[in-house]
Amino acid sequence: MKRFFGFVKKEFLHIFRDFRTLIILFGIPASQILIFGFVISTDIENAGIAFLDLSKDEISTGISDRICSSGFFSRTADLAGYEEADRVMKSGRAKAVIIFPAGFGREFLSGRQTTISIIADGSEPNTATLITSYASAIISDFNREYTAPGMTAPLPVQPEVRMFYNPGLKSHYMFVPGVITLILILICALMTSITIAREKEFGTMEVLLVSPLKPSQIIIGKVMPYFFLSFINVIVILLLSWLVFDLPVRGSLALLLAETMLYIMMSLSLGILISTFTANMQQAIFISLIGLMLPTILLSGFIFPIENMPKIYDVLSSVLPPRYFIVIIKNLMIKGKSFSYVWKETLILTLMTIVFLGISIRNFKIRLE
Amino acid sequence: MRTILFLIRKEFLQIFRDRMIGKAIFAVPLVQMLILVPAVTFEIREVKLCIIDMDMTSESRKLIGQLEGSTFFRVSHSTFSENEARNLLDKNRYDLILRIPGGFGRDIGNRNPAAIHASINAINATTAQLSWAYLNGVIHDYNLNIIADNPGSIATAGIIPRTEITNRFWYNENLVYSHYMLPGILAILVTAIGFLLAGLNLVKEKEAGTIEQINVTPIRKHQFITGKMVPFIIIGLFDLALGLALGKLVFRIPFEGSIGLFFLCAAIFMISVLGIALFISNFSSSQQQFMFVAYFFMMILILMSGIFTPFESMPSWAIKFNMANPMAYLIRINRMIMLKGSGFRDIYRDIASLAVLAVIFTAFAVRRYRKTA
Repeated sequence: MKRFFGFVKKEFLHIFRDFRTLIILFGIPASQILIFGFVISTDIENAGIAFLDLSKDEISTGISDRICSSGFFSRTADLAGYEEADRVMKSGRAKAVIIFPAGFGREFLSGRQTTISIIADGSEPNTATLITSYASAIISDFNREYTAPGMTAPLPVQPEVRMFYNPGLKSHYMFVPGVITLILILICALMTSITIAREKEFGTMEVLLVSPLKPSQIIIGKVMPYFFLSFINVIVILLLSWLVFDLPVRGSLALLLAETMLYIMMSLSLGILISTFTANMQQAIFISLIGLMLPTILLSGFIFPIENMPKIYDVLSSVLPPRYFIVIIKNLMIKGKSFSYVWKETLILTLMTIVFLGISIRNFKIRLE
Repeated sequence: MRTILFLIRKEFLQIFRDRMIGKAIFAVPLVQMLILVPAVTFEIREVKLCIIDMDMTSESRKLIGQLEGSTFFRVSHSTFSENEARNLLDKNRYDLILRIPGGFGRDIGNRNPAAIHASINAINATTAQLSWAYLNGVIHDYNLNIIADNPGSIATAGIIPRTEITNRFWYNENLVYSHYMLPGILAILVTAIGFLLAGLNLVKEKEAGTIEQINVTPIRKHQFITGKMVPFIIIGLFDLALGLALGKLVFRIPFEGSIGLFFLCAAIFMISVLGIALFISNFSSSQQQFMFVAYFFMMILILMSGIFTPFESMPSWAIKFNMANPMAYLIRINRMIMLKGSGFRDIYRDIASLAVLAVIFTAFAVRRYRKTA
């Protein structure tokens, strides 16, 4: 046991001696939470929009002013003819063109059917959908208000809505848990993925192998210091998400911390696993960064909901640990649920940790090749 | 010139001597692209609906029937217990609970306003808003039906829209997400590989001490940096071409604009990104340090570039920052050339900015490389 602690101490010293890395280690997660928490959002704000107003009357300018004052759009161009629509969208100045046909206002006031066309830039599908639905809603509102007074009798059925968990409809609630999940797994896996590979590359592995330490002691000893460092990181991240992004912790804080510790343990073991079957640091970095980054961003449900994906991705993404942690963190922080809602995810993460550590210890070769 | 060619040859040999890396350079981006591209969509497939019908009249059943008939909603559960429904919402089994209170049918018959209550899981605010909008659409139709069934009753003119709104989507008529995502995902993968390998390459020479051997040769600074850059530009462009060909075959992505222009932009982009990578690696003293800093910058370049979330929804400081983000230009240029068929005239400003960035970053990298210890 004394030998083991000696080894852990050596690993701690290794980390603290490289002061630059240490600073980076604490600086990166904090600054990324701040940056991405603000930047990642799917709300539309000030999207450039161009108008082709062939009517130029009170009604059409009324509608276009209403659209531009909504905060979602900003008017970037007024077109003189149809042929300009292509130009203005090709150069990227406008995401959509709204067209009022000639004589629009006259027809509108005389109560006849009129048509407004919205042409949106489909090369960005999500923005295009949101822009058309927002603009249509604004136009319908305008319509409803303009119908003669006295005609506004109540509708037969009036729906009411309650937005659960996120009454303010903030996109932070969706993205901050995702950012936490992403940053923790990447930084933890990166940290440990190179530790064994480094010993191999520098030739110090030999020294470790001739020491009386068992493979399991070496592997656990390598994970432990990083576990403490990551835990400090976790606390910083949770504090930031609470103070800066108003993300509530509605459930039990102790449970949240315990789950997060499980998650970093899992990520560190994943890193160790990568480390045992790569020959040098370059390979380890390649796998842990390029292999993990995009799948984690895209398949974990962080930005793109898994429910929207084709069915097979439900299966594919089930091997990715972040997917479960996102569920846990949303349940504990935002929904304020108890352990009974997340036991399944917790069990899966625990199993993954055990499997990763088990394979690493088995994979750990006590002989040089 | 001969010196540079020798350096480039040496780098190529070094890259491909590592069997695993040599294969991964081509396999990883292509496999990831094939797997990831179809997954990336914001399009909502269906909203799972749970209904609490406390009324059980023909009116409420008609409303439910109408919801079932819409392609957007899937009514998959009905219950009488609010607790159970709430519990199912908590467990994410349903996205929306619609409660039809008792007396719903009676109110409609008496021509009193009848209320219904929707509870929506709003953690994903965008989805919640869209579901609410669709629900409103169905109820709107339902209202019109009631009014049509009782001619001469309440406020007909107030509801029937007098202005029709027609939509069209240009450049991507059916809003196919893969057309939109593929160029971006490919660009990320190619960048990540070049960025990481080029940077690690240089630090590795420092760690192994072989950089000393180069420092004592008459190789000039810019020759050294060029030698480190060119192999990865070639590999990157090759990967890009391979990925595009595969994307064309598998996902039938359109290519409207000029291929030459596309690769010109990609090459300028690669230079600027590799410039950043080499600049960072000149600063770092170990592969570990480089790795963390590279990870930091790569994530920022990628997530801020507007590939996954729209450019417009970012705060203004982020948009300003993106003026120095080569990735943001590339994503925009890619989509413009491939989907919109924009020509040089449409995007010359982006290309010029990208070129300026390439020159600046490379100059930094060359200046920062010191041959003296």
